[in-house]
Amino acid sequence: MACILIKDGRIIDPANKIDRIGSVYIADGKIASVTNEPAGFKADRVIDARNQIVCPGFIDLSTRLREPGQSRKATFASETAAAAAAGITTLCLQPDTIPVIDARAVAELIKDQAEKCGYRQILPIAALTQKLEGTELSAMLALKDAGCVAVSNANQPVKNLLVLRRAMEYAASHDLLFIYRPNDYWLANNGCVHEGAVSTRYGLPSIPDAAETIALAQCLELAELTGCRVHFGQLSSRRSVIKLHQAKKYGLAVSADVAIHQLHLTEDDIIPFDSAYHVQPPFRTNTDKEALCEGLANGTIDSICSDHQPHDLDAKLGAFPETEPGISSLETLLPLMLRLVAERALTIEQGIAALTQEPAQILQLERGALTLGFTADLCIFDPDQDWQVNSDNWRSQGVNTPFWGQVFKGRVIYTLQAGKVIYS
Amino acid sequence: MSDNLQLNSEGKLKHFLTIEGLDKQLLIEILDLAESFVGMTDGRIKKIPLLRGKSIVNLFFENSTRTRTTFELAAKRLSADVLSMSIATSSTSKGESLLDTIRNLEAMYVDMFVVRHGISGAAHFIAQHAASHISVINAGDGQHAHPTQAMLDMFTIRQIKQDFSQLRVAIVGDILHSRVARSNIQALNTLGVAEVRVIAPKTLLPAQVETMGVTVSHSLADGLKDIDVIIMLRLQKERMTAALLPSENEYFKCFGLTEARLKIAKPDAIVMHPGPINRGVEIDSIVADGPQSVILKQVSNGIAIRMAIMAMAMQKQGSM
Repeated sequence: MACILIKDGRIIDPANKIDRIGSVYIADGKIASVTNEPAGFKADRVIDARNQIVCPGFIDLSTRLREPGQSRKATFASETAAAAAAGITTLCLQPDTIPVIDARAVAELIKDQAEKCGYRQILPIAALTQKLEGTELSAMLALKDAGCVAVSNANQPVKNLLVLRRAMEYAASHDLLFIYRPNDYWLANNGCVHEGAVSTRYGLPSIPDAAETIALAQCLELAELTGCRVHFGQLSSRRSVIKLHQAKKYGLAVSADVAIHQLHLTEDDIIPFDSAYHVQPPFRTNTDKEALCEGLANGTIDSICSDHQPHDLDAKLGAFPETEPGISSLETLLPLMLRLVAERALTIEQGIAALTQEPAQILQLERGALTLGFTADLCIFDPDQDWQVNSDNWRSQGVNTPFWGQVFKGRVIYTLQAGKVIYS
Repeated sequence: MSDNLQLNSEGKLKHFLTIEGLDKQLLIEILDLAESFVGMTDGRIKKIPLLRGKSIVNLFFENSTRTRTTFELAAKRLSADVLSMSIATSSTSKGESLLDTIRNLEAMYVDMFVVRHGISGAAHFIAQHAASHISVINAGDGQHAHPTQAMLDMFTIRQIKQDFSQLRVAIVGDILHSRVARSNIQALNTLGVAEVRVIAPKTLLPAQVETMGVTVSHSLADGLKDIDVIIMLRLQKERMTAALLPSENEYFKCFGLTEARLKIAKPDAIVMHPGPINRGVEIDSIVADGPQSVILKQVSNGIAIRMAIMAMAMQKQGSM
């Protein structure tokens, strides 16, 4: 396999506490060395990374690629191309595909189909319950053997706390990570925006932040009872950050992520009835947004995900409450992270760690770092290059983003997956 | 959220979707124009040719008798051709079919849609997607807005009270589900009343309702003090099954407007209701039919105000 030399870039590798100008040497799809040339190294390809940042490839803990089942929204081909262009080298796939990832065959099909697109690192998340119906346990062990990295009930409710307890106990027995988006089904009451001044003014069905914090508090109790490793996905409220902070201080083995757009937008940014802003959990207040940023900076929240949900045009064409929630967000992940750095909410090391080292640790993967011998997943980006979100620059089949038309700083130049250039 | 979809580049009314984003001057202009139409609506002069040759379609995705009839009469008195359509919606009908309905009617050279729909934001959606020459008037969308009702309420209040600046107005009942309440709160605040007070149990108030510029009371007995205008809201029967209220009986005991309670308000207070009334649920018959009630006046004012709004929205096309 080819040897690649990445020369003179600013290497940022938070896991190894590296931030310096230097070179990365790749051989046989693995990291051969950082900075010092290994003996006998002969580069087949040299990548000049001057004025660019070289970091581990990004690991996205929550995505939907819409295949199998909804290829009119997006395909493996379109979304893996978008991921590659965004510097994302590992995609975790939520189980609410059609059919649901509750059987070995579905998990294997997904891995096969993705590899046919030349993208090797799609990690299915297994359904916690059969058909995600929230009543009977899925065959978690078989799903783990088929390559599933965690279990989750996606956005579907679990019937009651007893089922949730048993599912968590069973997952813990097989050392499976449980990924949970806390949301009390009844309190959420089919809402579509945050419950507050904006929902009141526009008469829109609303979701109180208590729908999230109550579910979070219940699950924290069950984490202690069952010993299950829990990762909370897509937190959206200040009070969730406070609860999580207390739980971590207390010593519970829990982690959490936040969707990148939650760190930028609030209910006040919603253009009246513009379905591009329809997302679950909903955009909340500025206080919530600031607490999420702070939680990320102080380590209460571990990682950032895209929560990528591409849609076809029809899904977003209608009166706001009738449209489907979700944002197509792979390609804005890095530039939105860099915007937080520019706003001094995060350091560049923190931002990169939240996209690499932290999610790798959550999944217990030997990735997300430029450690000697690790798979050579890398992202090389120009932090100063401007680009506009428009149809010339966009690869995802879903154009449902509230950032459409905006100009961002920070553009991926190369993406390498297992030592192979998958985007340049 | 901010709003300028309703105005054209010269600041003139193009669509009438919500009170939000419209200034006091424009609201007064609507009231004044409606005033000039009043003589015509009582039957002495039947028609004026302001909208001759224009086609207006009333698109009612939700049932309504009063609103649809007054819009129809208003359009006819302006000499427009008017067609009313009641479109039954099923829960499976989606944006596509709403859009297809609009596209089909557009192809018939319609100039204006008057839309009532059960989902908040439906009128905005139609205004955004209809051909650019078409005006959209919101005749009620979900729990969001009912701006023509608010304007006819303002018109009625002005007729009796003249000046808005000293008025204290109470809105009583199911604020949470009421598009009338939302539009009225915005209109009253834009016109600069002294106070808008909402009176309801917590279960029928939306979150942070005070951010709309209202004071809050949970008791009719306390809440009616010093009030000049009482706007009663209709209570839907389904609120009981949704665990928002225990019973109609208990609701009437706490929030029903009786003769005795009316006495708590100022002696010259007026009683309003957007209709249809639930006698004995939110209001006693003696009050609804009593001397302080202006409920039927509201209905007849509905025609003049809708004439004014339709005429102004068509102005942009040079028909005035």
